[in-house]
Amino acid sequence: MRGALRLANVDARAAALGLVPGMALADARAQVQPLLVVPHDPALDRDWLDRLAQGCARYTPLVALDPPDGLILDIAGAAHPFGGEAWLIADLEMRFDRLGMTVRSALGPTADAARALARYPAPPAPDEAAAIRRLPVAALELDAEATRALTRAGLKTIGDLASRPMASLAARFGAEAADALRRLLGDAPSPLDPRIAPPPVAAERRFAEPVASTPHAMTVLAELAGEAIAAMAERGKGGRQFRATFFRSDGLARTIAVETGAPTRDAGLVMRLFAERIDALRDPIDPGFGFDMIRLSVPRLEALGASQLGLEGGAVREAAVDALADRLATRLGRGRVRRYRPVDTHIPEQAQLELPAVDAPPPQPWPAPEPGEPPLRPFWLFDPPQPIEVIAEVPDGPPQRFRWRRALHAVRRYEGPERIAAEWWRRRDNKGLTRDYYRVEDVQGRRYWLFRHGLYDEKPDPRWYIHGLFA
Amino acid sequence: MRESSSPLAGLRRRVARIAASGGPTGARGGGWLASGHAEFDAAMGGGLAAGRVHEMFAADPLDAASAAAFAALLALRGGDPAPLLWLRTADAARRCGCLHAPGIAELGGDPDRLLLIEAGDAKALLAAANDAARCPGSAAVVVESWGQLPALDLTAGRRLALGARDAGVTLLLLRLAAEPTPSVAETRWRIAAAPSRELEANAPGAPAFDLELLRWRAGPAGARWRLEWNRDDQAFRDAALSGAVLPLASRRTLESRGAEAA
Repeated sequence: MRGALRLANVDARAAALGLVPGMALADARAQVQPLLVVPHDPALDRDWLDRLAQGCARYTPLVALDPPDGLILDIAGAAHPFGGEAWLIADLEMRFDRLGMTVRSALGPTADAARALARYPAPPAPDEAAAIRRLPVAALELDAEATRALTRAGLKTIGDLASRPMASLAARFGAEAADALRRLLGDAPSPLDPRIAPPPVAAERRFAEPVASTPHAMTVLAELAGEAIAAMAERGKGGRQFRATFFRSDGLARTIAVETGAPTRDAGLVMRLFAERIDALRDPIDPGFGFDMIRLSVPRLEALGASQLGLEGGAVREAAVDALADRLATRLGRGRVRRYRPVDTHIPEQAQLELPAVDAPPPQPWPAPEPGEPPLRPFWLFDPPQPIEVIAEVPDGPPQRFRWRRALHAVRRYEGPERIAAEWWRRRDNKGLTRDYYRVEDVQGRRYWLFRHGLYDEKPDPRWYIHGLFA
Repeated sequence: MRESSSPLAGLRRRVARIAASGGPTGARGGGWLASGHAEFDAAMGGGLAAGRVHEMFAADPLDAASAAAFAALLALRGGDPAPLLWLRTADAARRCGCLHAPGIAELGGDPDRLLLIEAGDAKALLAAANDAARCPGSAAVVVESWGQLPALDLTAGRRLALGARDAGVTLLLLRLAAEPTPSVAETRWRIAAAPSRELEANAPGAPAFDLELLRWRAGPAGARWRLEWNRDDQAFRDAALSGAVLPLASRRTLESRGAEAA
């Protein structure tokens, strides 16, 4: 049956009623009435998994996604605040239960082993190593044919496989099969690819009672900022980026990040940026039933020596403008506060880069103007250029009158053409139209920059454009 | 006890501030944005007073580039490396074009001093202007707006002016496609492009500006100047009145026609 709607997944109750993933929706409806169906949206599932992973960052910074429905947490050395591994798992299951999620969890000596133990049902075993040996061969996640071949050969569990020579397994089913088995047994490393790399500096606070008021949470954040800054001062570093994560008691978390243009150790500045960011949020931070943990991490550090104020006050003045730029970039968006950097090209609209002030490179010299010449480049540049209608005396002559935005302008003075060729060496077809630029002044004294796009021998009827306005 | 002490401390601070600035009307920190044109600066008592709000209206929407360049030149001339903050709304680039740094370099300004701040709408623009006006250390703050800007009423204007005075920041309100309304600005200008001095082969010369002082809190208004920018001297000078310049009356009618057409 092609084009039929199928079940992507079923919950525990549906499974108990005999529904299985892959079943046609019509069959399922015939079998179970009433049936609650939600359209399958892999992107939304992935997003939800990511949010759950963010919430799990309360247990350990090393959280990896195992799509579509798994999370791997490296809790080595992280379980003691919860009173042991069992209590950590109980806490996690309690929170996921509150979110309406069913969790199947397992502990393992390596990431792959823990994953296999959680995903594949195995008979109870006295210890982890024995549990791994009792896993079905499907836990190796080879292709269906290889799994069937192994089962036919009488090799039903990982233990059966492990007792044979590894070489024959590799010869029959490929090196991946042998690698998968080694990783499962812990003989080969199974590295974790964490969702977010652990930050170099972090400070966190857990609460016995959830904190429901945002102002109180901000006070705690300010204390954490002080701690993180003390840690940075010891290392002679300053932070360029700060991330505050508010963990809610129901297991979800919200992260807010701010950036500064220069490394800083000023807690007041960081807190002002956070306040600015939170004010600008379209959806305010919802404490829900309260936050039970707040973490401040500093993912980007840069060297910052002890500060010395300049005697003439120049550094203080510059710092004030930098702080303003950071604040406005936090409120308006980092791309909205920009600085200009030159680019070495003849194409006018590419001659400058507008870069976010937060991470603009150091200044470079601009091309110096020719003494005695009037300005040859406009003050304002249209990008893209705007089309105009031009009347010229002779086809490739200067414009006499032009119509721009429905108004007619009579040209009184002009200079040109300044011929700017296309950068043919950058183009695959080695072509591109030449532009003839004219600096013109109309009868009212306004100065414009016009160009004809294409020479007459390049193009039959070249269009005219206005590219900029002079002072 | 606690309730009354903090307003008192605030009052003390205010008194100290007034005393430090040499009285409520005294110019603070001193200084002017001078044009380099001796007569203009003398008539204005030194130039455009620093730490004040100055309004610059473009005579016609088509004169927007001239008004903007005049504001930029006043702020960028001289060797002071302090940054110039340029605030505009996000739709300004589509309407007037983006600020072209090579063009600013051609005018003799240093584009590295420019910090562009783009606000989403007029409200965000005014909020950003309020912050910029309270931030000492900038050469000037240019707030470019298009249209009548009803959000900038007397109260908002006074807030800007007070912030600018306390921080000693010169605020240039660049009002494009707008008509003057009552405001607390120190000076108000109408700026138009003026015909330039002809160069060889009928080429347009250095930028020239027609300035009209519409209002001045500290002196008589109504003065007019026609200045030309001399990049090599980093100063304004008298624009030569060539014979081809149209008489003022016909210029006005042409302008209003241009305004209608635009």
